[in-house]
Amino acid sequence: MLSKEQLEGYWRENRNLMLLVLLIWALVSYGAALISGFLNKIVIFGFPLGYYMGAQGALIVFLLLIIFYAKSMDKVDRKYGVEEE
Amino acid sequence: MVDRSFADRLKKVYSIYTGGLILLLILLYIGEKALGLSPTFIGYVFLFGTIAVYAAIGVISRTGQVAEYYVAGRRVPAVFNGMATAADWMSAASFIGMAGALALQGYNGLAFIMGWTGGYVLLGVLIAPYLRKFGAYTIPDFLDARYGGKLPRFVGIVATLIVSFTYLVAQITGVGIIASRLLGLPYEVGVFVGLAGILVCSFLGGMKAVTWTQVAQYIVLIIAYLIPVTVLSYKYTSNPVSQLSYGFALQGVEQRLAQLKDDPKEKEVREIHKKRAEDLKAKIAALPQSWEQGKKELEEKLKAMPADDPKRAEVEKQLKEYPKSPEEAKTKWTEAMKRAQDASKPPRSYTAPPADAKGMVNFLALMLMLMLGTAGLPHVIMRFYTTPTVREARTSAGWALFFIMLLYLTAPAYAAFGRYEMLNLVGKAFSEMPDWVQKWAKVNLITVKDLNGDGIVQFAEIFIHPDMVVLATPEIAGLPYVIAGFVAAGGLAAALSTADGLLITISNAISHDLYYKMINPNLSPSTRVKIGKALLLIVALLGAYVAKFKLAIIVELVAWAFSLAAASLFPALVLGIWDKRMNKQGAIAGMVVGLVVTIIYLYLSRFKGIELFGIKPIASGIFGMPLNFIVAILISRLTPAPPEKLQTFVDSIRYPKGAVKAGAEE
Repeated sequence: MLSKEQLEGYWRENRNLMLLVLLIWALVSYGAALISGFLNKIVIFGFPLGYYMGAQGALIVFLLLIIFYAKSMDKVDRKYGVEEE
Repeated sequence: MVDRSFADRLKKVYSIYTGGLILLLILLYIGEKALGLSPTFIGYVFLFGTIAVYAAIGVISRTGQVAEYYVAGRRVPAVFNGMATAADWMSAASFIGMAGALALQGYNGLAFIMGWTGGYVLLGVLIAPYLRKFGAYTIPDFLDARYGGKLPRFVGIVATLIVSFTYLVAQITGVGIIASRLLGLPYEVGVFVGLAGILVCSFLGGMKAVTWTQVAQYIVLIIAYLIPVTVLSYKYTSNPVSQLSYGFALQGVEQRLAQLKDDPKEKEVREIHKKRAEDLKAKIAALPQSWEQGKKELEEKLKAMPADDPKRAEVEKQLKEYPKSPEEAKTKWTEAMKRAQDASKPPRSYTAPPADAKGMVNFLALMLMLMLGTAGLPHVIMRFYTTPTVREARTSAGWALFFIMLLYLTAPAYAAFGRYEMLNLVGKAFSEMPDWVQKWAKVNLITVKDLNGDGIVQFAEIFIHPDMVVLATPEIAGLPYVIAGFVAAGGLAAALSTADGLLITISNAISHDLYYKMINPNLSPSTRVKIGKALLLIVALLGAYVAKFKLAIIVELVAWAFSLAAASLFPALVLGIWDKRMNKQGAIAGMVVGLVVTIIYLYLSRFKGIELFGIKPIASGIFGMPLNFIVAILISRLTPAPPEKLQTFVDSIRYPKGAVKAGAEE
């Protein structure tokens, strides 16, 4: 059994990670959509950046975010000794 | 525990399966070229061949055990759960409809691409690991355990049934359409063939069979989706990676659209559309007299024609297609008027975001609803109960998104190529239309009509059905019929796999949540599974019965399901995990307010034309969802904190292991 402080510490780290992930999640989708008119002026290999973010860019970031969160939580689990064997 | 040898065995089985699939394609290709096999024969091989494989998996995975029936024994490794979730998630709408919507709507269509993937971040971070730790079978199970009592469970059951049943009917409709296109069967027969395909695997083995079938279906659908566009990309750019190569098509499309904006011939056609829209508007205003008059005119025209007039057939067809009642005339004419109005405007840029604030607000609202709805859809969440550990539930969300992305990163390429080909038709003579245009014009998926009589195709003279983009790509790329048939089999796999997941969710909500947990808790495990199977049969037949009517509203209902899930289940789940102070009163009030407000707004905006801030019905949850959160938090703070027992429960799901007493795993 963990102490109350340890339980709270674990949850705080988890919550901060969650907030960080959701912040980036919102920036690459909603944020990028809001300024996509501006981003479209940048064209890379024929792709206007604003369109590209919505079509592919945001998706790739979504995947990286899930991987980042899973890996980080593995570490936090081990740090507090609550990982599954 | 993660069972290594089990995972290795799975890898081997599915590798052999994939090899067999490719071998079948090669054999059929040789058959088509050397033996001249007919398209219908190839269609039957694909339809019955794939269904036979799914059925075989169903038979092998048959089970009477409760944990296997409901959660596949909780031993599905993350990678395979990811594939199953991807197939569960991607329906006929993702497979066939999405690329087409993108091609026709340009930037606006991206709300679906981001919306249907961004939800997985929410699932992986906010919901899936905790529900897996809880370790029950359904969402109502969670609501009951977290909030205490039958009422939260009941509200959860109602929300699950509303959301899942409309979705199921849409999938069965999709199966019917694809089967009828693939084989030329009547739609109703297609529905029942599809129904058989759905039942063979879910009926015998429940979640266990559905999981392993969904993996097989994912492999079919992803290969089928990738082949045509890869070949087309290679043809255009000699780069087979379509996901990277379609930039040139975007540029080409934009240039061409800019040229067409001020083209005098285009303006001429736009004027014709404008005139048509005005005529239709006048006709709609003069209903029902205009309907009677139109009918009479056609009948008299037919009577006045001599019996051997070659134009007779055309008038007869017009009369046959004439609306059967003034009500039908109103719907049909309004639709036609809207289409004419759209065509009368100069084409918009393909890659530019909505220009006005109203368009942008709708875009963002729709995207948010699709994301939150995805994370609140019962049939998707259920899949995360099947992983062996909490850790695998987290990674499984990543694998699911990875496998979904293989298709979603490709859809924009399909769309850009489709739009590019469509623009290539412009300026050609009507006599030199390629074969694929003529073929798909026969089933009305594309219409090219010389409105201004100049013999040359104008952009405003082409109408394309969204489904056309994916379905016609094999022919545009010059591929043999085998590939076109395989694409149809892929669409079938997408629809069947989603229908399977939904069917299991619905029958579990009734048999497990409603009957076993609320009415008769004294059932033996084997009776529970038997009741589940009986309900599966009933729900499937009911779904097919409703699908038989082929109601136009079904497609819209599916889009609404996201708003409903986002405004009802999503907040209750998130608050239940992340807000310890949340109690029964708050959660119930929130769910009820969210559902009711969303349904009222749907009704007002769709049927009465009343819109707040210009929000369209498809994003209607944008009001109910935040209200759900606000009401739930307010009420919970005004009422007593949840009892000690429930607070311990929250702790038990927050920590993967050892911190507090284990969850309620059976």
